[in-house]
Formats: sequence, structure tokens, C-alpha cells
Amino acid sequence: MKALLTGNEAIARGAYEYGVTVAAAYPGTPSTEILENVGCYSEIKAQWSPNEKVAMEVAVGSSIAGARTLVAMKHVGVNVAADPLFTFVYAGVNGGLVLVSADDPGMHSSQNEQDNRNYAKFAKTPMLEPSDSQEAKDYVGLGLSISEQFDVPVLLRVTTRISHSKTIVELNDPEPRTVKPYAKDIKKYVMMPAFARQKRIQLEERFARLKEYSENTPVNRIEWGDKRMGVITSGIAYQYVREALPQASILKLGFTWPLPDKLIREFAAEVETLYVSEENEPYLEEHVKALGLPVVGKDILPIVGELSVRAIARAMNGSDVFAGTRAANVPVRPPVLCPGCPHRPVFFLLNQLKLFVTGDIGCYTLGALPPLDAMDTCICMGASLPMALGFEKAHPELAEKTVAVIGDSTFVHSGITGLIDIVYNCGTSTVLILDNSTTAMTGHQEHPGTGKTLRREPTAALDIEALCKAVGVKRTFVIDPFDMEGLKTLIKREVAAREPSVIIAKRPCVLIVKLDEPLLYIDHEKCVGCKMCMRIGCPAISHANKKSTVNAALCVGCGVCAQVCKFNAFLREAR
Amino acid sequence: MRTQSILLVGVGGQGTILASKILAEVAMMQGLDVKMSEVHGMAQRGGSVVTHVRMGEKVNSPLVEEGEADFIVAFEKLEALRWAHFLREGGSIVVNDQRIDPMTVITGQAPYPPEILETLQAGAEEVVVIDALQLAREVGSIKAVNVVLLGALAQKMQIEKSQWLEAIRRIVPAKALELNLQAFESGYLGAEAALSE
Repeated sequence: MKALLTGNEAIARGAYEYGVTVAAAYPGTPSTEILENVGCYSEIKAQWSPNEKVAMEVAVGSSIAGARTLVAMKHVGVNVAADPLFTFVYAGVNGGLVLVSADDPGMHSSQNEQDNRNYAKFAKTPMLEPSDSQEAKDYVGLGLSISEQFDVPVLLRVTTRISHSKTIVELNDPEPRTVKPYAKDIKKYVMMPAFARQKRIQLEERFARLKEYSENTPVNRIEWGDKRMGVITSGIAYQYVREALPQASILKLGFTWPLPDKLIREFAAEVETLYVSEENEPYLEEHVKALGLPVVGKDILPIVGELSVRAIARAMNGSDVFAGTRAANVPVRPPVLCPGCPHRPVFFLLNQLKLFVTGDIGCYTLGALPPLDAMDTCICMGASLPMALGFEKAHPELAEKTVAVIGDSTFVHSGITGLIDIVYNCGTSTVLILDNSTTAMTGHQEHPGTGKTLRREPTAALDIEALCKAVGVKRTFVIDPFDMEGLKTLIKREVAAREPSVIIAKRPCVLIVKLDEPLLYIDHEKCVGCKMCMRIGCPAISHANKKSTVNAALCVGCGVCAQVCKFNAFLREAR
Repeated sequence: MRTQSILLVGVGGQGTILASKILAEVAMMQGLDVKMSEVHGMAQRGGSVVTHVRMGEKVNSPLVEEGEADFIVAFEKLEALRWAHFLREGGSIVVNDQRIDPMTVITGQAPYPPEILETLQAGAEEVVVIDALQLAREVGSIKAVNVVLLGALAQKMQIEKSQWLEAIRRIVPAKALELNLQAFESGYLGAEAALSE
């Protein structure tokens, strides 16, 4: 049977077909749908973990115990999970383990553009790079068997255009799902120096065997064409090359660490000009150059952003086809906080109070944009809390003007240790936890605070308020962010307090729990055209001819506009 | 068959995803290779959204390149303008005559460009203008804008109408089926009328 699947759906299908028993992840675009779809197969124990390091460690435990295991994350998640990864490569597996890294060239939904192929070389893990959904599914199976054959975790590296493109996939029945027995072996699984040194030597022996494998695997293959032009490529770039240069000879690499030196030399020897076509870093190119082969790559192809058929055709073929004319002065349409979003009043007040705001990663990062314009920093998950402490240590006088803002899912991910640091190192920071009871940005996944598992089954819910108090924040308060007067008073009082505070602004995401309030409209007699309501950045309010207007099709009745209007011009419709 | 490239563009929440699913189903029913690409993440938050669909004997890249689209289906006028340079010479734009202001316009940072339809008509060989919102309202739900527009696209593509209706039956849940079949018909006839003008 054939189906049109995204790369993420295909990876989940691969987990199902190739005997995976345990799968874990923390949501992150473009990887999120992998575990969501694994969750559809009841045979697999699928879970959201609090963060990628924990997901990786659950996976390591499951693999050592004997189960085939899949763990998935976005590229920056691998940074979080790198610690267990690097040493697990020494220990090796029992049940096969595949780590999916979903990179985001072009930064569609990410804070950086790191190329995680470099992790394979750095951590010494074998790596597979599919170029469509069929390969994404197949490579899960291949990765699991390589993992078991070579006693090593395998990196399955995809990118946004693999994860989020649908291509046709042949579906098969699942293999039998078995879990191997566990046998105690401290020389293998206890990585203390004496044992790790032995493993370090084995790592190099294994590398030599993997290198041999790479030379002979059918996923590294030459597609001969016109030998005047030979292109080495992998992943989505393969598809672009096939389209842009249909006549060229291609060395398509599906197994991209360790690289097949002999095969590369054989290919290079036959072609007139050797090219490497790859997205982002010159990962393949540097290797080919290290082999002493003349090659053309990043000198003509972009290193920044996504690659495209056009970029390849232009750079490597000199062809420039019709490209239309981009219309001038098209206003951008950035994503915005939804009408009724509980984050909106918080950022309006932070702006009004002129506070320094260390921000974090989630929908609420949109609070940095005008007109809310109430965020100073956003670096990585969990950074807001320690950064506020750093602000305070550098400029003690700023302590009374600084707040850290973080969402509930992000707080659980990596905010807790930052809060402990504030308490431990005598900070006085004020932390705002915007608790909307979900992981909203990635499409509403559950997390330990929501009381539901990945499959939405009931479980213990983390009590964030009790946790903050338990780590030593005596001044912990919970408030509804739609109580703007109360929230404003609380923020003013707590930033002035000479000890740490946590304000939990608690209200569910409006996309999950719909408001049941009458909609608002504007009494144009009372509207003086002051545009105060335009400062909340609500998509439902517009302003023309010195009067504001509410778009009834978008308004959900949150009433934040009515709270900021000094002229009582906002009225609620009758029920 | 030469590979056909179609771009569906709109505003997050307008239902481009369902439309692209039906389109892909139609292509698969013709025995064609299909690839489809869209970027998730920001879609729910009212941002600009785009879905690439390519179909043919053998499709490599899932992305439609600038100057390559045979068809652009624009769910909103400004989005039509934003993506119009993706149209190939001789390609067609189906555009919903609906305006949704982006935040940059709402807050007065930028004006909503005037005379978008005229600009499109000056640049493209064929522009099919449809009031899909009104047609959707007439069949009973403004949410059916997506399938109205699909009906308009079907008028332009060389695939039998019965195939489209079958694809809708396969994809759309039973309770919304009748409405969506009507929406398709309405868009199909609407485009026919627009083309004969």
C-alpha cells in the first residue's frame, strides 16, 4: 500500500515497522510530529520528556535494557542532549538506537542554523541522511540494524524540507517486536575512566569497520550521467541537484559518516569537474578537500539559508531561467499573538512599566515585536532566568527593573535550575512564568505540568507553584493575567522586593480553552482616537479615520482592550 | 505529462492544508508522483503561509521555484501579490477577492497596497478573481473558502471534474462532505463565469 507521508510521519512509520518499542522526545519544530505520530501506534511506548537530555537518557536506558529505541529532537535539542550522547557512543547499545536530529536550514522556526552533520563527526556516531519520505522510513530500519551490528547509536539527520514535505511511501507490515534480555556488563555500561579508556580504543576500531561499511552500502551510490560534471550530494540537496542538473553524474550519499573515501576518489577520478552540493556548512566539501581532491562547492553555492534548484542551476550550470518580478512594497505578515492570548496583557504591562525583560522560547517570544515591544533577549530554552541573574550581577541597580519571562513548558524544560541559581546566589530577580497549560508554539503538546501524557492519558501534574516555593522562592504568587490591575500592582511590588519572586500568570491557551464571553465593540462617540488600544497588538482591532474598530470575526471577547481604554469606549455585545 | 507546480498561499487559519490534501489526492488518483511541502510552526498565529504542490511522472524537488508555478491559488489578495513572482510565463493565478490586514497594516507601519488585482493582471497572463468568501457563505460556511478556491483551480487544470469530487469524498469527513461538494461546485462555476467575462 502506498501513502503520501511527511518525512516525520514516515519516520514514525519506520519506528512501527522496524520494531521500535520505546520512543521519547521534547517537541521542537521541525521534529515535533515524529513523536505525535509514533503516539498513534499503540505497540510503541511513546512519551514527551521534559527536555531533550532527559529524552535521550530515557532512550539510552531503554536501549541498554534491550529495546529498539527512537529519540527525536530539533537541531538545538541535540545540544541539550549532547552530554549523554557523547558518552553513550563509548558504551554502545543493546537494542538498536536511532537519534533523529531535525535541522532547520533557513531558520523557519529556530534561533540558529547549526548543521548537525558535524555532530556525527564530533560524537563519532554513524549518520544517515534521507532525501525523501521513503528513505526516511527505510533509514529508520537501516539505522537500527547498523546500531545493533556496530554497537553504536545512529544519527538520522533530516531537515525541514524532509520533515515537512510529503512524498509517496510504500507501507509494509511491521517486523516482530522483541526486546532483548539485559545482561549486566559494567565494563560496557559504567563509563568510569578505567573502562572508558578501553572503550576509547574500541571506538577507533569500530570506526575502521564503519568506514568499510560506508564504502559498500547501497545507500552510497553513483548515478552515472554526463561525466563532464560530477556532483557529490546528500539529503534534500540530492533532489535539487537531480532537478537542476538532470544530465550530471551524481554520487548520492545516504550514509554520511564515516564517509566512503574510496568511493569518493573513484567518482572524482571519472568526472571532469567535481562539485559538492550541500545545504549550510561545507561538511562534505571539507572532507573531499582533505582527501586532496580539487572540488567546487561553497565558493559558488550559498552557505547561509536553504539551498534551491534555482541556486544550483544558476551556480553550476550558468542557467538563469525566468524568475518573475517580486512585487515592491508588500507589507510583511509576521505571526502574531492570537486574539484572546493570555500573554498579551503581560507584555503590554511590561512595556508600560519600562522593564528590562530577559525572554525565552515560545509563542511569547512574539512579545518582542511591536507594538508590544517588551523583550530584550532571547537566546535559548531556559536562558531567561539565569540571564536575569547575570543582568543583576553586572548592574545591581537594574535588579529592580528586570524581569525574566518564561512559559510553563520551557520552565519545566530548563528553567528550574536557573530559578535555583537565583535563590542560591542571593539574586532578587522577578520571574514571570506564563503558564498557559500547554506547549503552544509547536502545536499544543502536553508536558509534565499539564497532567496528561503524550497520548492524553491522565497522570500526575507538576505543581509549579509548590515547586517554586520548595526551591526557596517564598514570594511565589499565582494570578490571572486578564486581571491587569492586579498583575500590574504585583509586578511593581515584586520587582521592588529585595528577594527572589515568581509570578505565575496562569490562564490556558485560548486555542485550547475557548473563551465564552460576549464580544466587544467600540462606541465611536466615546472613542477619542488616542490609539491606546492599538498598543496591545490585537489582530481584531484596527484604526482608521481617528477611530478604532473591533473586527467581530476575530474578536473572542477577552476584554484586554477594554481594560487599557481610558475612555470606556469598548462595550460588550448583549448575549 | 510535464511536472505541474502549484502554490497555495494564504493566511494562517484559512485552510490551505485541507485544500492541498485534496489536490494531492487528485494527483495520486491519476497515478502521478506527488510531492508537497509546507512549513509548520507559525501557521496558527496568522502569519503568511504557503504550500508547494508538484505532480508529474517523476518529481524530485518538493519546492516550487520562483518563475515556475503553473498555478497560484491565493486565499488572500496581499498574499497573491507577495508570491506572484513564483508564477511562470503563461501561468494562471486564482485569487480570492478578500482582504485580511496584516499586523503591520493594522498598526499603521505600512499601507495595504492599493489596486492589487490590477497589479496582478498587469503581470500575469491570466488572473481569475473569485469572491470565495461570499460563495462559501452562500453554501453555508465561511470555512469552505478553501474548497471554493479548489473548485476554481479545477476549472483550470486538465483533470476531470469527477476525479476532484471523488478526492473530496475521500478526504473530507462525512459531516462536512455535502457542504464541501457544494463549495467545490460553486467555485468551479464561479471561475467559469469569471473566465468568460
